[in-house]
Amino acid sequence: MKFKKVLALSVIGACQLLTLSSIQAADKVKVGFVSTLSGPSAALGVDIRDAFQLAVKLNGGKLGGLPAEVIVSDDQFKPDVAKEQFEKMVKREKVDFLTGVVFSNIMLAALPETNESGTFYLSPNAAPSPMAGKECSANFFAVAWPNDAYHEAAGQYATNKGFKSAYLLAPNYQAGQDSLAGFKRYYKGKVVNEVYTKLGQLDYAAELAEVRAAKPEILYTFLPGGMGVNFIKQFMASGLAKETKLIVPGFGADQDIIRGVGADMLGVFDTSHWGMDLPNAANKKFVAEFEKEYKRLPTLYASQGYDTAMLIDAAVKASNGNLSDKDLVRKNLMEAKFASVRGDFKFNTNHYPIQNYYVREVVKDAQGRLVNKIIGQPIMTNHGDAYVQDCKMK
Amino acid sequence: MTGILILEQALNGLQFGLMLFLLASGLTLVFGIMDMINLAHGALYMIGAFLTAWIVQFTQSFFLSVFLAVILTSLFGMLLEKTLLKTLYARDHMSQVLATFALILILNESVKMIWGTDLPLSAPDYLSGPVEIMPGLMYSSYRLVIIATGLLIALLLYLLVSQTKMGAWVRAGASNRSMAMAMGININALFTSVFGLGAALCAVAGAMLSPLLAVQVGMGENILILAFVVIVIGGIGSVWGAFVGSILVGCVDTMGRSLLPFLFREFLPPQWASAAGPAVASILVYVLMAVVLFIKPQGLFNQRS
Amino acid sequence: MSSTPPQIPHNPKTLTHAIGLSLILGLALAMPYLLDKLGLDYYLGTLTKMMIYGIAACSLNLILGYGGLVSFGHAAYVGIGAYAVGILISQGHQNAWIDIPLAVMLCAGFAFMIGFICLRTRGVYFIMITLAFAQMLYYLSNSIKVFGGDEGLSIKSRLDFGVQLSSKSDVHLYFVVLIFLLLSLYFIHRIMNSKFGQVIKALKDDDVRVDSIGIHGFKYKLAIFVIAGAIGGLAGALMVNQQKYVSPNLLHWTQSGILMVMVILGGVGTLSGGLWGALLLLTLESVISEYTLHWQFYVGWILLAVILMAPKGLSSFSVLWSRVSKVGQFKHKARAIKP
Repeated sequence: MKFKKVLALSVIGACQLLTLSSIQAADKVKVGFVSTLSGPSAALGVDIRDAFQLAVKLNGGKLGGLPAEVIVSDDQFKPDVAKEQFEKMVKREKVDFLTGVVFSNIMLAALPETNESGTFYLSPNAAPSPMAGKECSANFFAVAWPNDAYHEAAGQYATNKGFKSAYLLAPNYQAGQDSLAGFKRYYKGKVVNEVYTKLGQLDYAAELAEVRAAKPEILYTFLPGGMGVNFIKQFMASGLAKETKLIVPGFGADQDIIRGVGADMLGVFDTSHWGMDLPNAANKKFVAEFEKEYKRLPTLYASQGYDTAMLIDAAVKASNGNLSDKDLVRKNLMEAKFASVRGDFKFNTNHYPIQNYYVREVVKDAQGRLVNKIIGQPIMTNHGDAYVQDCKMK
Repeated sequence: MTGILILEQALNGLQFGLMLFLLASGLTLVFGIMDMINLAHGALYMIGAFLTAWIVQFTQSFFLSVFLAVILTSLFGMLLEKTLLKTLYARDHMSQVLATFALILILNESVKMIWGTDLPLSAPDYLSGPVEIMPGLMYSSYRLVIIATGLLIALLLYLLVSQTKMGAWVRAGASNRSMAMAMGININALFTSVFGLGAALCAVAGAMLSPLLAVQVGMGENILILAFVVIVIGGIGSVWGAFVGSILVGCVDTMGRSLLPFLFREFLPPQWASAAGPAVASILVYVLMAVVLFIKPQGLFNQRS
Repeated sequence: MSSTPPQIPHNPKTLTHAIGLSLILGLALAMPYLLDKLGLDYYLGTLTKMMIYGIAACSLNLILGYGGLVSFGHAAYVGIGAYAVGILISQGHQNAWIDIPLAVMLCAGFAFMIGFICLRTRGVYFIMITLAFAQMLYYLSNSIKVFGGDEGLSIKSRLDFGVQLSSKSDVHLYFVVLIFLLLSLYFIHRIMNSKFGQVIKALKDDDVRVDSIGIHGFKYKLAIFVIAGAIGGLAGALMVNQQKYVSPNLLHWTQSGILMVMVILGGVGTLSGGLWGALLLLTLESVISEYTLHWQFYVGWILLAVILMAPKGLSSFSVLWSRVSKVGQFKHKARAIKP
């Protein structure tokens, strides 16, 4: 009995020593990247990661003049796994910046791991409304958009077009709730029903049957990733497209959805803060390099990953590599003096962006590929968010 | 809430129930005849789905791929039975549970290593549109094909079990194994064939359901538990019990999920109603099992003597 | 005239036992300082988590190993304990001396109700019905959005024990968990070596026979079921305290399976088997996942090997070992008795 115990303990002890991490070197930037890289919605995390790594590569493997080490790990679409990964990044790898998470629920579960160390978290995607307002944090920066934004733009678009009745559908998590709240804030027509599905749900037969019974003029759904692919395929298969018009935020119509659904996407309208055809120099370079490196067109998620890397680059450069001076780095992150692929970039006092939003349509480009084309003038300009007044940071 | 809606949901329940039946029938036969709890049954369902999604890249034909995947899965199942599972027949239930749990871990990771965590699979294009089965009721043609397939296989299974010699052996083995052996039935060959049949049925369900759900690692775990509930309700060893149980569970689960939120929305905010609906539906399934066990402790159509 | 009574030889086994235990205890107490010196303080959290799982696995061993009851729903009690404390903390009640007893009693209550129904069944039906109750609780926790639903519940701070065993929160928690672990092991040791424990072991062998000699087996089974549930709840309470997060996944049937795996690996029906199983499984996961994402593949094979070759877990190996060492003992005793 005793022998067994000692043997086991020695084995355990030896194993622990085997997993010694590398000694941390100074004079480099360590970035922890935790995202959804597997499962039906992996395309989103993969795009953010690929674009982030492309930016670093185009910078000669550096960020802000310092050699960059990007440690990537998969949250497997599970909040508990993300939490573990965050803990490792913060406590074991002692990263300077943490980024990557796609989904709001996963990020909210894992983010508390950064509280003790005060590690900066730059979100390349999820930006829940509570963190824009009451729960705003000095170390949290939303690089993409506030969660509500695309949906507010869509609501405005639906109002402008005079659609009388709308049926709303979103997954039952923070971003889903933010999405429909955002849509309703700007949509002046009648909301026939507001339905929340299970996050990750893939079979929408029941929900589609209910939509058919309700007969709304438009159907607005926020279903990112694999959920969206399945929903749109089933929507088209059910024949509902003839009775009800589908409007989606950019998440529901970008390249990942187009790849999954196919030709049925032609003619769908969506809203976004970015499009491949935005005419600024940074964007032209980004789109060309991304396609060259990865042999596919970038999604809005990729544009966000790229922007996050460029923001870190600018902040580190402005801080002269002085990463231990957190206040200096924070100030430079706030100033965000970098050339964003979306055009002008500005943070609000709550560290959420103020920017334009556009309406896009899925059309065929010159090579016959399905792409999103920006239609007309921005539907919202210099738009912030509805929660900034609740934030204590000024 | 209209009659059309309820009817559509009833059809969805039937569709899900029939696929559940494919899993449950194999499971109940294995449990009934070999007295073995096989948690890895869900993994066979997953393997069937992955094989179909993989083969379709070469054949470009959905149903041909399903056919090939079913054969391959069945062969794999029989191989598994002859090498590993055989040794578990004599062991106690806990060892079977743990060994097949280990098997799930191994199979899940093996699939991940070969194909990654998920593969895309779409229904064939000619089935991607709806069919008007009744005035005002448009239903997905692919789902109709699933229902038809399920009913056809149920009929074939019934004929097999009740009309053929092999079926008689199966029923004898389920009822009293030692007696069946004493009567000279080649029990080893029978076990292997039954397992192979169960694996084939799993593969059909996995392949057919994949365009609706997703081909992903771990897809077997959730449906496996429901299959166990079904066979407990239906009675271990009874294919007819598995059929009745599957339809019951399929309908309670599907209709509960879709219709309960309507009820809850009357007095709960939409986020709560949407969360409570599916949860209560799932709980109802287990309550159903508890009630059946209370009235008939051996299940509705128990075969064991 | 004086005849010396025959010398009872000092049993070398208990002496080495005592030395071994003190060594282990000493190592455990020194661990936070050792890890800090080595710069590996990240692993203190991992060790704490292992000990918490150890408590949970030991509680399962009570009913599974000693009692022979294959409960597939044990994760439910860990989950209930975790949610109870999590909810209490999120409502502002952080006093450990109130929260933990409350959580443990709540679990005991649930175990009583569930056991009352389940223990009337046998065999596979028992397995299924314990599973069913665990799944019902899983779906329930998934559905109540107020407590997070499927997103889980995050809490902002840990329990307040009134006394701080260290200025560093992680080190303090490590010692708290260590104390609870030792207390649980002692408690289990006392139960299983009492008359009550004898009845439980007898029930595992043949419960019909026990009933026939007039002992109401059902009452004993229910009692051990409740005790196991209560200790499982303790593990859950400590877990949410350490993770500052609880999600419905903690109650999923695969988690019950993992607890069973720990019991099997560590030794069915032994006092500390659950602890060793937890340490082994989590260490394997931690080590193998440094080299490959597919650690579950290797763990699956190891588990399969153990079940096929050593049905009672690693303690089977120790049975072999003790048989070998008994030969040595006889020789020693024989020598000592000679005048």
